[in-house]
Amino acid sequence: MGNKVVIIGKLWRLMLPIALALLSGCGERASVPELPARADVKRGRQLAEQVGCGSCHRIPGIPSANGQVGPPLEGLAERAYIAGILPNHFDTLAAWIAEPQRFAPNSAMPNLGLSEDQARDIAAYLYSQGRRNIQTGEEF
Amino acid sequence: MIVKRNAHTGNRMSCGLGSLLSCVMASTARAQNEQTVFEPVSDHAEGIVWLWWAMFWVGAVIFLAVMLLLAVGLWRARRPNSGLGESASRNLVIAAGVAIPLVILLTLVGGSLMLGRSIAADPPPNVMRVRVTGWMWWWQVDYLDQDGKVIASTANEIHVPVGRPVEVQLISADVIHSFWVPQLHGKTDVMPGQLNSTWFTAEKAGVYRGQCAEFCGVQHALMAFLVIAEAETDFRRWLERQAAPAEMPENPRARFGLEVFLDRGCASCHTVRGTDAQGNIGPDLTHLASRRTLAAVTIPNTRGHLGGWISDPHSVKEGVFMPRTLLEPEELTALTVYLETLE
Ligand code: HEC
Ligand SMILES: [Cu+2]
Repeated sequence: MGNKVVIIGKLWRLMLPIALALLSGCGERASVPELPARADVKRGRQLAEQVGCGSCHRIPGIPSANGQVGPPLEGLAERAYIAGILPNHFDTLAAWIAEPQRFAPNSAMPNLGLSEDQARDIAAYLYSQGRRNIQTGEEF
Repeated sequence: MIVKRNAHTGNRMSCGLGSLLSCVMASTARAQNEQTVFEPVSDHAEGIVWLWWAMFWVGAVIFLAVMLLLAVGLWRARRPNSGLGESASRNLVIAAGVAIPLVILLTLVGGSLMLGRSIAADPPPNVMRVRVTGWMWWWQVDYLDQDGKVIASTANEIHVPVGRPVEVQLISADVIHSFWVPQLHGKTDVMPGQLNSTWFTAEKAGVYRGQCAEFCGVQHALMAFLVIAEAETDFRRWLERQAAPAEMPENPRARFGLEVFLDRGCASCHTVRGTDAQGNIGPDLTHLASRRTLAAVTIPNTRGHLGGWISDPHSVKEGVFMPRTLLEPEELTALTVYLETLE
């Protein structure tokens, strides 16, 4: 299972430049903000659902994610601080997701044993649900 | 600025499509396994789907024939003096309205009676016995030895060896449920105070989803289970493991987790064999970590889901008979670490 995910991930990464090239062919779309390197929104969404973010958080775009244990993640991208302690940048968000205890030793949010890439994918998904250019951090 | 707006809407649009797709994909992933009557893996289920197709095709042919007759009738009615003679129309009514339907219906009734008999027949003598108890809204699964004594207890997951007949004895702890694995057998009601039974032989290894098929309250729809058919040796290894009590964890954090489990009320509803936890309101958790899903195939069995489930089961499965437990964060962490040792 884990292996499969990795392989699919690798394949996808190979395909991404092609997809981007195709997209940039359609004029208007050329200005779609690019994702941060090594992050995949779609995979992030699947991961978020599988590992269980949704049992604690409400997450836009994932109907089964309606947990009320932690804060809802709607509009996360617009928030100034993550978990009330970290300035909201893509990299800090990914780092928080990967290992909350690094920043808040007493947090009830578990360390899910995610790889750095997986955490970045999830962060990318969460940002994609908001109004913030994932690349520059600027709001639309 | 304008470019940016475009970029935004462009992004939104592709996201909309993308999330629609991934929605479909994710919902199938969530189901763990498709549930279908059309891919039977046992004789019983094969008989059922065969009868279904027979009825479908007979019905389809009759429908077409009736439509054809109607068309012919309408067509001929436009011409004067075009009716059938008196005796010809009487014969048509008797043949198409009485004789043919009688033959078809009797054949179909005979077919389903015969199928019903073969399904209801006693299982062969080498049958393995499992007792399944329906609870609002999960399934208790007890493996029985020759004398009917329970050797292992689990929940929402029934492992069976491929090729060996399995009898499932069904009883309800509360209201009427119905036990149904479409790929293996027909629905069987699960009654309070009355032992029903059904049996099947899974002919192919695989994971087959089952579902309660009798409305039983708010979470009826989330009362599913998995039948896992595997090779005899794998099955034996699994059963041996399930029959063993839980091991005392080595890791100090997990030991603290066990204390939390015993002190914070979990033990009054749940059993972990080998510890003082002997509750019997909720699922036996002795080998929780070996299960694929939590809460009757509602969520995958992962650390994140487990923590969320313990902290607030009701936002996962509203109305469920497990209370919300407010633990200190370090208690929650230790508890999940402990539960993960229950392999
Ligand atoms: C009042 C009784 C009760 C208490 C107290 C209780 N539970 Fe439960 N628990 C249940 C019931 C009932 C279910 C089955 C829910 C369902 O799927 O419908 C359940 C399900 C579970 C499951 C999922 C099991 C599976 O195989 O799907 C876990 C894990 C669990 N409980 C852990 C705990 C822990 C940890 C505690 C203590 C913090 C606890 N429970 C306290 C009644 C209880
Ligand atoms: Cu039901």
